[in-house]
Amino acid sequence: MTTTDMPRKVDAGPGRAVPRKRSRGAASGGLRRAVPATTLLWVLAAVYGFPVLWFVLSSFKPAGDLFSSLTLFPDDPTLSGYKAAWDGANFSQYFINTTIVCVIATILTVGVSCCTGYALAKYDNKWLKVFFVGILATTMLPGEVMLAPQFLVVRDLGLYNSLAGIILPAVLTATGCFMFRQFFLTVPDELIEAARIDGARELSIFLRIMVPISRPIMLTLAILSFQWRWNDYIWPLLMLNDPEKFTVQIGIQSLVGAQNINWSVVLGGSVISMIPLIVVFLVFQRYVMNANINAGLKD
Amino acid sequence: MTKRAPDVSASPPRRRSKYTLAPLVLIAANVVLFALFFLWPAVIGLVYSFTNYTGVGAFQFIGLDNYQRLFGDSTFFDALTRTLLYTVLFVPLNFVFSLLIANVLVSRHAKGASVARVFFFIPWLLSPIVVGVLWRWLFGENFGLVNYLIEKFGGSAVPWQSNADLSLIVVVVAASWAWTGFSMLLFIAAIKNVPVSYYEAASLDGAGPWRQFVSITLPSIAPTSFIVILLNTIHAMKEYPLFASLNNGGPGTSNNLLVQYIYQTGFKSGQIGYASAASFVLMLILMAVAIIQLVVNRRVENR
Repeated sequence: MTTTDMPRKVDAGPGRAVPRKRSRGAASGGLRRAVPATTLLWVLAAVYGFPVLWFVLSSFKPAGDLFSSLTLFPDDPTLSGYKAAWDGANFSQYFINTTIVCVIATILTVGVSCCTGYALAKYDNKWLKVFFVGILATTMLPGEVMLAPQFLVVRDLGLYNSLAGIILPAVLTATGCFMFRQFFLTVPDELIEAARIDGARELSIFLRIMVPISRPIMLTLAILSFQWRWNDYIWPLLMLNDPEKFTVQIGIQSLVGAQNINWSVVLGGSVISMIPLIVVFLVFQRYVMNANINAGLKD
Repeated sequence: MTKRAPDVSASPPRRRSKYTLAPLVLIAANVVLFALFFLWPAVIGLVYSFTNYTGVGAFQFIGLDNYQRLFGDSTFFDALTRTLLYTVLFVPLNFVFSLLIANVLVSRHAKGASVARVFFFIPWLLSPIVVGVLWRWLFGENFGLVNYLIEKFGGSAVPWQSNADLSLIVVVVAASWAWTGFSMLLFIAAIKNVPVSYYEAASLDGAGPWRQFVSITLPSIAPTSFIVILLNTIHAMKEYPLFASLNNGGPGTSNNLLVQYIYQTGFKSGQIGYASAASFVLMLILMAVAIIQLVVNRRVENR
């Protein structure tokens, strides 16, 4: 999971597969096969890309043209939908709220998961074993199953209608703990032993040695956590009733759930909500694609 | 805070029980969160499912009444069967397309795979709400591009929103589209792990690409296929936001799934006790899926 890992891996796919199929007569046979395979790939890519493309291009059309001129490219590109969403529909506030939730929740998730994962990997006592089973149990009982009781607990803690009420219940994730545990299991125990012999205290071993070397895992989990929190819908919907505290997803849904949908605003707001995730993804692509997302299902 | 270990060399390196304080300090924060936001809700949820609690005030224990009522509730059964139907449609569709795309992406013949991969992956980044909005925009009955094209080529407008089954199909397609990126990554990792020599041997014996796929790729990635089906099943059983933004569970209540049903009975009509009972039915289904996973895993390991 080093920085140089990704480009190699991308090319490794086709590269490693070279001897897979018949190696004789590769030049002429290669072209004959390359054409249908490449065509199929790009037809599929076009089919998958088209909905987003159509959506984004539509968002640049003026409100009056949305239903009348169904051309691919806007005749008269405008940002009016974005302006209406950002100022008029209060998306600027939603955007700030969601960013606050995502950043704080992600920092807490990464920190807490790193501590837990390290403890589970490198120590052994019965309390840890019990807690390990407890974390496993959280994967069996997803939040959707406990909506009502969880709501009551958070309400009784006085966190109803606050951003803290969204952030705190989301911090514990089994995925995060297991990612760190998996990583620290691969770190040799000799490293800890050596530090102990040198007189380092347990927690400073963790903070000075283990935290720095787990940086790739931190980044991967941070990206996943950012995506989960950015896309959360049900829990913020239950927790918030003050429109000033809405997150972006609730903002979009409240527009779409209305009797008469103002599509110009919906399109603008939705595209605004996509931007942070796509930027994060494109910048950190290698960490997402390399991640062992076997465990990283949406949380 | 922590004890030094004077006899480090004497004890086995990995399993050491003399450090008790340090690990407990490390997990403390998560233990508190676990107790507050998992254990406590789980316990009171189970308790409330035997009461007539409405969220405020006093409540009485009414035994198994909630569960009895649930089994006579046709709205609940509609939600349950609709959820199962959705799952049965979504999982295979997603499976076929992710497997196809994963195969094309790892093939050395397809050019530009690393760029094309981004196209398949971006839908997975989007939130279910945005995915729903996006497909609603495409399949709008009076304004969508799809109906516009159908009418342009001489067809008549298809009732994508007002027909319950067509509406469900749109959601299934949208969900498969959005989840391809996830399943595809799992398949790509699995396909890359298949030893290249198998394919070489097969092509020496004259097996074509389809034959190689059926006889080598499919059996080799069977464990991954199983995980993909399982994860997608669990995911589909819990689906709600996508429906909320695409058709709001409609037309009417025809496409209300389980989670929406729980949300509506629990929070809209305040029947927390009743909703908790419905939640536990959903939990039992998810547990059954998890147990199937355990059994199959064990069987695979024993082989």
